[in-house]
Amino acid sequence: MRSFSSSRLATLLILAAAIAALPLIFPSGYYFRVAALVWISALAAIGLNVLMGQAGQVSLGHAGFFGIGAYAVAIGPTHLGIPPWASLLLGAVLAGGLAYLVGRPVLRLRGHYLAIATLGLGVLVSIVLTNESRWTGGPDGMPVPRLILFGWRVSGAETWYWVTGGALLVGTWIALNLTDTPTGRALRALHDSEVAARVAGVDVARYKLAAFVIAAVYASLAGSLLALMNGFITPDQAGFLHSVEFVTMVVVGGLGSVAGAIVGAVVLVTLPQLLTAFQDYQHLMLGLLIMLFMIFLREGIVPSLRALWRLRAAGAAA
Amino acid sequence: MSLLVAENLGIAFGGVKAVDGVSFCAEAGQVLSIIGPNGAGKTTLFNLVSGVYKAREGRIVLNGRDVTGLPPHRLAALGLSRSFQNLQVFTRMTARENVMVGRHLRERRSVIADLLRLPSSERQNRATRAAADDLLRFVRLDGAADTPAGALPYGALKRLEIARALASEPKVLLLDEPAAGCNAVETEEIDRLIREVADQGVAVVLVEHDMKLVMKISDRILVLDRGRPLAEGPPQEVRRNPAVIEAYLGPGHAREAAHA
Repeated sequence: MRSFSSSRLATLLILAAAIAALPLIFPSGYYFRVAALVWISALAAIGLNVLMGQAGQVSLGHAGFFGIGAYAVAIGPTHLGIPPWASLLLGAVLAGGLAYLVGRPVLRLRGHYLAIATLGLGVLVSIVLTNESRWTGGPDGMPVPRLILFGWRVSGAETWYWVTGGALLVGTWIALNLTDTPTGRALRALHDSEVAARVAGVDVARYKLAAFVIAAVYASLAGSLLALMNGFITPDQAGFLHSVEFVTMVVVGGLGSVAGAIVGAVVLVTLPQLLTAFQDYQHLMLGLLIMLFMIFLREGIVPSLRALWRLRAAGAAA
Repeated sequence: MSLLVAENLGIAFGGVKAVDGVSFCAEAGQVLSIIGPNGAGKTTLFNLVSGVYKAREGRIVLNGRDVTGLPPHRLAALGLSRSFQNLQVFTRMTARENVMVGRHLRERRSVIADLLRLPSSERQNRATRAAADDLLRFVRLDGAADTPAGALPYGALKRLEIARALASEPKVLLLDEPAAGCNAVETEEIDRLIREVADQGVAVVLVEHDMKLVMKISDRILVLDRGRPLAEGPPQEVRRNPAVIEAYLGPGHAREAAHA
């Protein structure tokens, strides 16, 4: 499967080149900030794609895990005296642990029932974050202490651009690794036919759970990075709308495609910025564009364009 | 000792006994066929034996071990594999990847190692791929290895399911209508495959409607009717059994058939 490993490498190289080259055309610091937001969202979307695109299981509560990561780096240093970097890891462990505990019973559900159950989980996390105001600052949110690594104070849009870009590269590498391994194959197999996967010896419950935990850890790390970059966090980040945004990124970009999850994040983060020209009609335009994407590129942006490309290449060869 | 023993299996759906008091033994290197009119409970019996359904009554012994009530992936680990009547291929994966999934139990499985893609998992992947390619050659699908399974014709998918089922190196192989919908050439190909698999010492249990194939290939035949066993024995004996003829052709035909 040379073709597969080479496309894996291509995805990584294109992403690395984009991260390295984009600053050359950025006219102001504002662009670094937007791009860093894209990298952070892409990281969460890549994780969610392992669950949704590969294993075919939906989560409508993913911002809950994002929120856990975000508040971990806020509460850890502020209330518990844990350094930010350790709080970031602790948040990932907490999010993964929660996914493990909740995933066991919840992932037995399928389709709509799973969607509602995960939605409930997300809502639960966001309510706790909103109501425990002594710890979280309530609906107004709370400040996040700066990240200090080996005496280096990480701050500034440009610095965060490189930090989040690096995190995205590592996250992409790991997600791409998974596809062509026993785990990746087991996930894709149970997506297509659960009964056939079980008969082939795949412990379906275990692999669904693994995908759920992986997705939760990605979301938590992304949440921590956002909170550390912004220096402030509100419960909206853990809210239902944010969960829907993550799902939309994965679906618009192309279910099952790592590159698609990144492209989906690019679209969902930059489009609202571009559409500010429409002022009051901004959200209307965003909704309309997403509908058009789904109607004309129904497999998602990356898989649809890939298929078009193949068709043209075949046409040229003939 | 029989590789697979089913004793008095039974299951009911909404008060209807789909399988009721069925027993059989499958021996290494032999082909046991299960036949019967539509709705006789053949596929239900397969679902019971492979753990897809839980038996309400009876006992299943695999390789000397009581495995009643174990889930399919545990049974697979103990050497039981099957194909499906209504195809259950992984349509978005290539033919080769389908068979590679069948190797799952023969692989070292560590999610962490897979995420980090350690050199050991790269080596293992190569071995799994080579094993899958051997099996694709065995079922004569080596030309289609990189084709997505969803794009393969029906007859090829039937063989792909057999290759995937064999990939776990099972001791007992259940085949649910492997020749259904296949033309004469494809059926002959399936016939060859089954014979070769049995000759390697696998106990093959076959559900099939193609009587010519069944009579030719089976060492023993079990006849089911409305969930209950009707007859069991070698092909020559079963085909002359008046009860079997009646179940297939309706009452009154038994004498006619006996004269024919």
